Amino acid sequence: MSKVRVLVGTRKGAFILESDGKREKWDVSGPHFTGWEIYHMKGSPADPNRIYASQTSGWFGQVIQRSNDGGRTWEAPGGGVTITPSGMPVGESNKFVYDTSAETGKPLTTHQWYDGTPHPWEFKRVWHLEPSLTDANTVYAGVEDAALFRSSDGGKSWQELSGLRGHGTGPSWHPGAGGMCLHTVLLDPSNSRRMYIAISAAGAFRTDDAGKTWKPINRGLKSEYIPDPDAEVGHCVHRIAMHRSRPNVLFMQKHWDVMRSDDAGDSWHEVSGNLPTDFGFVIDVHAHEPETIYVIPIKSDSEHFPPEGKLRVYRSRTGGNEWEALTKGLPQRDCYVNVLRDAMAVDSLDKCGVYFGTTGGQVYASADAGNNWAPIVRDLPGVLCVEVQTLP
Amino acid sequence: MIRVMLPQHLRTLAHVDGEVTLDIEGEVTQRSVLDAIEARYPVLRGTIRDHVTLRRRPFIRFFACEQDLSHEPPDAPLPEAVATGGEPFMIVGAIAGG
Repeated sequence: MSKVRVLVGTRKGAFILESDGKREKWDVSGPHFTGWEIYHMKGSPADPNRIYASQTSGWFGQVIQRSNDGGRTWEAPGGGVTITPSGMPVGESNKFVYDTSAETGKPLTTHQWYDGTPHPWEFKRVWHLEPSLTDANTVYAGVEDAALFRSSDGGKSWQELSGLRGHGTGPSWHPGAGGMCLHTVLLDPSNSRRMYIAISAAGAFRTDDAGKTWKPINRGLKSEYIPDPDAEVGHCVHRIAMHRSRPNVLFMQKHWDVMRSDDAGDSWHEVSGNLPTDFGFVIDVHAHEPETIYVIPIKSDSEHFPPEGKLRVYRSRTGGNEWEALTKGLPQRDCYVNVLRDAMAVDSLDKCGVYFGTTGGQVYASADAGNNWAPIVRDLPGVLCVEVQTLP
Repeated sequence: MIRVMLPQHLRTLAHVDGEVTLDIEGEVTQRSVLDAIEARYPVLRGTIRDHVTLRRRPFIRFFACEQDLSHEPPDAPLPEAVATGGEPFMIVGAIAGG
């Protein structure tokens, strides 16, 4: 029988939740990396036992962790000592340095600060790790301040894909409330040279040459909180999702507005429809129904909790515009948690499982595509990310 | 031999318990101590000082012999008691938050 492994990153460590295909009883292991913020964890599609984790701290900076046994044990790649022929100990780990070299890099310009003044680019943390679809040792990292890095040696060394930061619009990017983070990396399963990323608050970008050159893909987005609501960049994109069978169709949860593109991001149109609020962070697609999508509306600006204190997942079976509230098993009074942008995922069992974690420390799961929900755990530290692996 | 106290999170990361002891050739300074720590425990690179600038991270403090050495030049000699192993060089996470 298939199994499900749910990877949960929190403000104080990582947890791994496992169940059989029924998804009724769960084993919980953790905390791993106790006391550290785990911004993201994700397993390799090429080798499910290979899991990457972003371990970060305001005191001690960024550490990348890697597991080769499904999360039972972990190592910091490159963190061990290697002795060179001359007898000198060397090692390299955790190093994210913007590429400013003359050969492959781009000069470090400034980006905009919250008040529009120029601000220097500074690495702060890894927000998102996206393992390659085909090679367990290749993994992408979306970082703050916004840039994209790639490792092809299992997370030991990292090189910036500097064409993104340096493609031209970088000086007009500015941070969202959480910082200027590159939080979404989508790999096109039908075209190894195509990739999408999203930055708060710059917008969405696409490469068609494996990361060498990039272009903004924000036509159709409208943001009233920037001087030109239709600007090429400056949009606070919160999350983008795709179904692997239709990689040209993208769904976006923006700061406000749920959006859809049917042409690989070249143009977008709004599909917020009858949502109670079109603000939110997460968006995801059913594993087997490419027109079934999920969002969790959140009240904004600044409140960032569910409207009316009712935690509701909204599902559209029509690719947007027509939404139904899913409430069975979710708190429908006095609930004031948030669900952050990387904290929703789906499994690929039949029926599709849907999972999300809250800032209140609950991880909710539905084993029937959202019709019924139950908490797997309910007293973790605030949840930053949820990813799911469906295992044979 | 000099003695170094790491904060708990870095001890966990480096898989060490208690104090770390190091042999350092030449003058004992912040830089030579940190170079020696990072050589023995590469996983700690970037956690105490920046990878590129080698500046102390903002929320890290250096204490020894009841003195705050955080703002001393990195090549200034550390106190004799540290250099001879009588007192530990303490790497401390700054108090921030409750």
